[in-house]
Amino acid sequence: MNAINNAAGFLARADTLSTPVWAASTRAAGRAALATYGLPTRRAEAFKYTDLAPVTQAAFGAEGQALALPALPAMRGHARLVFVDGVLRGDLSNLPPRPLSDAAGLLGSLAHATQPLAAMNAALFEDGLFLDVPAGEDAGLIELVSVVTGAMGPIAFHPRHVLRLGQGARLTLLDTSDGVAGLGYLHNPVFEISLGEGAEMAHVRIQREGRAAFHLSSVHTAIAARATYDNFTLNAGGRLARNEIHASLDGPHAMCHMNGAQLVGDGQHADTTTDLHHAAPDCGSRQTYKTVLAGRSRGVFQGKILVSRAAQRTDGYQMNQALLLSETSEMDSKPQLEIYADDVKCSHGATVGALDAAQLFYLRSRGIPQEQARSMLVEAFLTEAVDGVGDDACRTALSEAVAGWWVGERSTAPLAGRA
Amino acid sequence: MLRIEGLTAEIDGKPILQGVDLEVPAGELHAIMGPNGSGKSTLSYVLSGREGYEITGGSVTFNGVDLLAMEPEERAASGVFLAFQYPVELPGVGNANFLRTALNAVRRHRGEPEVDAMQFLKLARVRMKELSMPEDMLKRGVNVGFSGGEKKRNEVLQMALLRPKLAILDETDSGLDIDALKIVADGVNAMRAPDFSALIITHYQRLLDYIVPDRVHVLMAGRIVKSGGPELAHELEAQGYAQVAA
Repeated sequence: MNAINNAAGFLARADTLSTPVWAASTRAAGRAALATYGLPTRRAEAFKYTDLAPVTQAAFGAEGQALALPALPAMRGHARLVFVDGVLRGDLSNLPPRPLSDAAGLLGSLAHATQPLAAMNAALFEDGLFLDVPAGEDAGLIELVSVVTGAMGPIAFHPRHVLRLGQGARLTLLDTSDGVAGLGYLHNPVFEISLGEGAEMAHVRIQREGRAAFHLSSVHTAIAARATYDNFTLNAGGRLARNEIHASLDGPHAMCHMNGAQLVGDGQHADTTTDLHHAAPDCGSRQTYKTVLAGRSRGVFQGKILVSRAAQRTDGYQMNQALLLSETSEMDSKPQLEIYADDVKCSHGATVGALDAAQLFYLRSRGIPQEQARSMLVEAFLTEAVDGVGDDACRTALSEAVAGWWVGERSTAPLAGRA
Repeated sequence: MLRIEGLTAEIDGKPILQGVDLEVPAGELHAIMGPNGSGKSTLSYVLSGREGYEITGGSVTFNGVDLLAMEPEERAASGVFLAFQYPVELPGVGNANFLRTALNAVRRHRGEPEVDAMQFLKLARVRMKELSMPEDMLKRGVNVGFSGGEKKRNEVLQMALLRPKLAILDETDSGLDIDALKIVADGVNAMRAPDFSALIITHYQRLLDYIVPDRVHVLMAGRIVKSGGPELAHELEAQGYAQVAA
């Protein structure tokens, strides 16, 4: 049995790329890891529930043949950067982008080639974003938009985004990935985010790729003292989607929120994997993930919290809730706590179940028809997740993305009808 | 209005209702009293259509129609209302949205036009004032973080908005202080009309000081063992169920 998934196609592609000097060491490390280890199989603990074989078996074309530009998502603020087929399009953006070469010192500093998704990205990235918010500055809301054109064949793109917030700086990043139905492309973005002391970043991600696509993303964040990183991810699209967040609380009184919702319809596999390191004392972390599954589908949540010996008075919380709307859906939930400090408050919990019969009866006893009652409860489950997002524009974008999901799913997937 | 004949029902193979006979004519309020475990709540759930109860015999007709053949939402739409002993919390469902959705579902069934958000708010405000409910209870999740008294008032508010023909009040007095009890009783009394009937299920006589029933029935071991006028409630209070039923 092969211990690795063959990454030959990706390596061949990597060999055609020209690499500037500032990116050479990152590229080399990624390529070496990919050549040695390939992509992990399910024998690797971190990929036990998510099989990447379909990604390695897919044939991706070299270049997108740009077809007509798809509709871009509605503007939520004033500043946006638009990537089409993984390439930054200045003509569609209204922020002067800084070249990734300016991020040379930061590149590869947080996303290491030991992480398979980061390694693949390092071997293959061609474009990306560098956002540098100077100390004390409030950058407001910036949108990072990714769309695909439905190129001649499925392509793979691996953007690398580097963000740095100086001391006390603030940023809200609304990061949306939209796709084309029926196209088996791969989107493999990697974020490297460093937050200076007291900086605050809200990172709202809406993953809405086409239902035949692969989305493998990873966020790597270093959070300095008194800084806050607040991530909310809606994982809704793709045939196979994995969203990894690696965060490290590096200074006292730093805070990390990781929340999200997964909408997993017929034929979809959605994986959220968090990997949080409490490395300093007096830090807090909050995680709440909600997954709704319909039809023949599978959802995964893996949440690791590592509390180092130095991280006294850590206050950590993790909750994972899943709602199964069909008998052919499956949820795998794996919390993993590793605690080396002795003065720690760390709790976690998981619930997996169908719609609550008592709630359903209460609604029906008021005259509300069964299907409508079901929809109300599914929407309520998701509303609870989305309502925690502080930024109004982002919350609206999320609510719109979530609204009507179940009604649409129910009408397209016959298996999804029974709770 | 409501006719129950020889009704038997069981849960998980255990018989609970063992031949209930009861008739509630239009315009009358009837009380059902009984000790714990006599089948009071089961009767209310069977009438409103909750799953998990097996009807093994007998019949229930509501204005001549077979009630047991209807889905819970059809019963509600045709005028049956259950005020829950333990109202269910619905996190993430706004109370206003819930009330309006229910009201419109029932109005659609009656062939009445639906109400929009503004019209609903006007209607709800009037009723809420009568029930001394703060307006912010519309904005909260259904019953989420409500006190016991607030939950019961929210039940009466739903009844007042949906205007049922038959209300089943399941231990609506439990957990209420005397002021809340009066408010809730006023809400029920305001519904009195020639085409409104109620089945008031209670453990104690206290509620019946405020909602005076036309008839009182004693339910024991799944059967109506005695019926009488309002004075029967006082007898029960004074002498206990065993004595009165003997």
